[in-house]
Amino acid sequence: MSSILVVLEERQSRIANISYEAIAAATQLAAQSGASVIAVLIGASTESHAAEVAARGVNRVIRVEHPLLAHYTADGFSLALQQLIQKESPAQVVLPHTYQVRDYAPALAARFGQTLISDVVAIGVAAESGPVFTRQLMQGRLNADYRPTGDGPCFISVQAGAFRADAPNPAETSATIATFTPTIETAQIRTKPGEPFRGSSQTVDLASAQLIVSVGRGIKDAENIPLVQNLATALGAELAASRPICDNGWLSMDHQVGSSGQTVSPKLYLAVGISGAIQHLVGMKGSQCIVAINKDADAPIFEVADYGIVGDLFEVVPALTEAIKAARK
Amino acid sequence: MKIIVAIKQVPDRDAQIRIAPSGKWIEESNLQYALNEPDAYALEEALQLKEKHGGEVVVLSAGPERVGQTIREALAKGADRAIHIDCDDLGSRDALGVARLLAAAIKQESPDLILTGLQSEDLGLGQTGVIVAELLGLPHATLILHIEKTEAGLTVKREMEEGWFQTIELPTPAVLTIQSGGNKLRYATLMGIKRAKTKEVRRVTAAELAVDAASVVVLERVTLPHKQKSTQILSGSPKEAAAALVEKLKFEARVL
Repeated sequence: MSSILVVLEERQSRIANISYEAIAAATQLAAQSGASVIAVLIGASTESHAAEVAARGVNRVIRVEHPLLAHYTADGFSLALQQLIQKESPAQVVLPHTYQVRDYAPALAARFGQTLISDVVAIGVAAESGPVFTRQLMQGRLNADYRPTGDGPCFISVQAGAFRADAPNPAETSATIATFTPTIETAQIRTKPGEPFRGSSQTVDLASAQLIVSVGRGIKDAENIPLVQNLATALGAELAASRPICDNGWLSMDHQVGSSGQTVSPKLYLAVGISGAIQHLVGMKGSQCIVAINKDADAPIFEVADYGIVGDLFEVVPALTEAIKAARK
Repeated sequence: MKIIVAIKQVPDRDAQIRIAPSGKWIEESNLQYALNEPDAYALEEALQLKEKHGGEVVVLSAGPERVGQTIREALAKGADRAIHIDCDDLGSRDALGVARLLAAAIKQESPDLILTGLQSEDLGLGQTGVIVAELLGLPHATLILHIEKTEAGLTVKREMEEGWFQTIELPTPAVLTIQSGGNKLRYATLMGIKRAKTKEVRRVTAAELAVDAASVVVLERVTLPHKQKSTQILSGSPKEAAAALVEKLKFEARVL
């Protein structure tokens, strides 16, 4: 029987939810092809999570263990998974689209003459040609369907939040758990990773904010920031930003919302001049009410917005600030 | 230090994007193009390393004739020379195919360091740098914000998720993909633009590099995304729209 490998990722000593979303994607593929789903844990010590994963509706669990996998390195992980893939010959390898996967999976796929289909948001079927994978283009403005045509294993990584992870089912029979020991030499690991550390102290706590006004590239210049600051003040909201604003140093990094910044879920998220690249959307799409002000009616931010104003923010924001002040009187 | 920076020309961020009649790509006629922003940060990092340690910065780009304009921009910012891989079929090559082209051109140069942006703004695959490292047999690190040259090689600062960072030591030659925000981007000066005109741009065709063009992944169809929510667009003058929004937030969404 053909198989699908799902490589899970451990973060801060737990299996992150995106890994279970990857299992959900694999399960969807398996429903089409009848393949078995094999969950793969990788590290120096993976025993603690094996039972938890075995109860998640997979057919098998493989623990890939080696002392040289204690800390993530692209060399160590690629080598270990390469050996496992050679042994198991899966039809597909499914990974969560995390920073870590982005660091090694393209190289791993290349070793098999394959190209990783990265950041997949949906899986479809074409009658005869097998699965079709949808991913986004042009910063989320377009979707594109990709079809693998090679003979080797197909590598895909799935976007956070794109597939719904099943809740653990206590009634589920536990899958068998096996261990795989790769052959890795110290000299094969060429990079020396340091311990993770936090960036500058977080002085802006966006995670607990109820109202957020967030500003993006559309603001054009640092000297225009007070325009949105005034709106935030009128609302009694925290001011946040998309990555380019912080990259330019117009607001400090702790204002940043998105995959590399903070994840927020306020009652109101008011996005000003933010086009809505996926890296930003993952950080705010859980907000209760989303408002977008943008000059481009096709901007992806409108795909998640409840209310939108298509127009020039330099006219709309002052008008909105006045309207809010009037309403609060 | 000899540094190669792989850069990509992408549709301008503000360009109107339309799907081509074939349904397989976007309409390219009358499209404005620009330097992929993460690659601009990679170029900036390379120029700063050169200013500190000396050496040479070579930009490398694959694509049709129009890519020449983006290459000139990079030269105007301070790159010393350029290699243009002339090919009209970039879109039909997958990430591995494009990386093969770049790797073949890089191999001839034997650089100490190869930099590129972490991803492109058009395809967003985020893979080219990593595959190039694999094809060249070099160590790599991704999402890098800062590079320091050491006796043994390099010490780099890598961005992780949710506000975490990590320091990585690695030997050279190496490939690094650069995250945006590590530096301030420079503008080309008038003098730089003038000088760029006399700098060497070596053109090499994909055929001369003799790499396999067969794709294992095919882009079949481009579509408009489905809306996840139905957005109420509030129209009228800015004042009218603002007033309507406040009403909605107060009485419908009840968040004010």
